Amino acid sequence: MSATTEHAEANAIRVAKSRNAKRWRPLLPAVIFLVVMTQIPFLVTIIISFTSWNIMYPNDTAFGTLRNYEAVLNDRLMIAAMGNTVVMVVATVLACLLLGLVLALLLNRRFFGRGVVRTMLITPFLIMPMASSLIWKHLIYNPQYGMLRSIRVWLDDIGISLPFVNMTSDYPMLSIIVVLVWTWTPFMFLILLAGLQSQDPEVLEAADVDGASNWAKLRYMTLPLLRPYIELCIVLGVIYLLNTYDQVFTITQGGPGTATTNLPYAIYLTAFRGYDYGEASAAGVLVVIASIIIAGFGLKLISSLADDTIAPKEAAR
Amino acid sequence: MSTTAATRERAADTRARQPGHSRWGWLLSLLAWVLGILFILPVAWTVYVSFHQEVDAAVSPPDFLAPLTTDQYEKVFGSRARPALINSLMAAGFSTLFVIALAVPAAYATGVKPIRQARGVLQWILSTKFLPLIAALVPVYVVFQRLGLLDNIWALVVFYTGMNLPIAIWMMHSFLKEIPKDIMSAAEVDGASLWRILTSIVLPLAMPGIAATGLICFILAWNEFMFALNLTATVAGTSSVYLVSFITSEGLFIAQLSAAALVVSIPVVIAGWVAQDKLVQGLSLGAVK
Repeated sequence: MSATTEHAEANAIRVAKSRNAKRWRPLLPAVIFLVVMTQIPFLVTIIISFTSWNIMYPNDTAFGTLRNYEAVLNDRLMIAAMGNTVVMVVATVLACLLLGLVLALLLNRRFFGRGVVRTMLITPFLIMPMASSLIWKHLIYNPQYGMLRSIRVWLDDIGISLPFVNMTSDYPMLSIIVVLVWTWTPFMFLILLAGLQSQDPEVLEAADVDGASNWAKLRYMTLPLLRPYIELCIVLGVIYLLNTYDQVFTITQGGPGTATTNLPYAIYLTAFRGYDYGEASAAGVLVVIASIIIAGFGLKLISSLADDTIAPKEAAR
Repeated sequence: MSTTAATRERAADTRARQPGHSRWGWLLSLLAWVLGILFILPVAWTVYVSFHQEVDAAVSPPDFLAPLTTDQYEKVFGSRARPALINSLMAAGFSTLFVIALAVPAAYATGVKPIRQARGVLQWILSTKFLPLIAALVPVYVVFQRLGLLDNIWALVVFYTGMNLPIAIWMMHSFLKEIPKDIMSAAEVDGASLWRILTSIVLPLAMPGIAATGLICFILAWNEFMFALNLTATVAGTSSVYLVSFITSEGLFIAQLSAAALVVSIPVVIAGWVAQDKLVQGLSLGAVK
C-alpha cells in the first residue's frame, strides 16, 4: 500500500521534473545568448583589469597584477572623472525629478491640448542623443549665432540686459547638465505620471469632503503614494546616466581640461587614445561595482513594483 | 490594461472638473503649455534653421523674412547620410527581429507555461541590464577585432540584440501573461507542438505587445552611439557616427547640420510618438505599466 504511494509520488516528481525541463526549452536560446553577450564580456573585463596590457607595448603583457587598479586610483584623469560623474549624475537626477514631478502634476489634469503638450514633452527623449548634443552645442550654445545669443539680444531690445556668457567654456558642467536634464526629464515625467494615474481618485475626493487643502493632499497623500515611483526614477536615472557619453563626447570633449570628463569618457580615452586596455578595464570594473550597489536596491524595487508581473505562478499546472 | 489606464484617466478628469479645482485651473494649463513649448523649443529652432541657406542661418538674431529652402535636405540626402541611414536601418531592424525571435519564446517560458525558476531567471535577466555598457566596451572591441568583425554591420546587429534582449523579455513577459490560459490549454489538449502554439496562437494574440516591444528596441538601437562609434568606421558607420563630422566643423554649416540632425532623428521620433504609452513600460523594465 505505502509502497504504491511512494512509487506514485516518485513518479509524480519525475513527471514534474521532466515537464519543467521541457518548459525550459523555449527559454534556452535567449539565456545562452545573454550569457555570451553580457556575462562573458564582463568576465573578460575582469581578466584584462588584472593584466598589464597596453597595446603600445604588445610584448609586455602579464596577468596577475594590481598595477591597473593602482593606476586608476593615482590617475588624475580618473579621479577627476569620478568626481565629475557624481556631480553630473546627482545634479541631473535631482533636477529631472523636480521638473518631472511638476510636469506630471500639471499633466494629470484635463485641459485643452493635453495630448499635444505630452507629445511635445516626450520629444526631447526621442531625438537621437548625438543629434541633440550637436543641436545644443551649435544651435543653442554657440556664442556667435546660437539661440541663447539671439534671446539675449531680444531681451536687450526690450530693456533687459543680461551678461554675455559662453556656456560651453564658462559653464561647461552646467551646459552638459542642462542637455541631460532636457533629455531625461521626459522619462521621469512619464514614470511619475503613471504613478499619479494609479492613485485612487475616491481617496482624494474624500479628502476634499474633509476640507483638506491642495498642499495637504499633495504632501500627505500624493507624495507618499508616489514614493516607489520616485525611487524608481532615482535608481533608473542613476543607472542610465552613469553611461552618459554622447553629450560629453560632442559638446565639450570632456573639457576644458578635465572639467566635464566623466567615467565613460575617461575609460574611452584611456582605452582608445591611451591604448591602456588594462587600466580602462580596471576603471570599468569599478563602475560595475558602483552600479551593482545601486542595482541591488533597484532590483528589489522593480521586482516589488512589478510584483504582479513576476509573482510566482502555481509552479506546475 | 489600456482600458484600466483609460478608466484612470477618466477618473482623473472627473476630479479635475470639480469646482474648487478650476479657479486657478487656467493658469496651471497655461503653465503646462509654456513648459511644453520650452521643451520643444530647441527642436523647433532646429527645424527653422534647417529650411534656410547657410548665410541666413548664421544670422543672430534670425531674420524671420529670410527665404525658405529645402536645399539642406537635398544636400544631406546627396551626401554620406544615405549609406549611414541604411546601416542604421539594418542594425536596428535586424537586431529588433532577432530580439523578438528570442524574447517571445523566452517570455512564453516565464509567463505562459512558467518554469519553476521563472522568478529567479527574470531577476537575473534584469540584473544584466544594470551592468554599465561602458565596462563592456574594451572586451567587445577586442573580441570583435580578433574575429575580424570591426566595421561590419552584423557585429552591431549582434551587439544590439544582446543590449535590448533583457528589456524585450521583460516587456513580452508582461504582455504574454495577460493571454487567457484557457486558449493555451485547449491547444495543448489538441496536442499542438510548441512551435505551432507559438506561431499560430501566441504570435497573433501578442501582436500589439510585439509591436510595442519592437518599436522600443528599434529606438534604442537606432540612437546608440558609443559602440557604433568604436566598432565601425567608413563602411558600417551608422547615422549617429555620420553626425560626428559635424562636431568640429568650421564655417557655414549649421543649416546643413540641422537638416542632418533632423533627418536621422525623424524615424525614431515618429516611432516614439506612436509607442508613447509603451515607452515608459519598456524603459522602466516593466516596473511601470
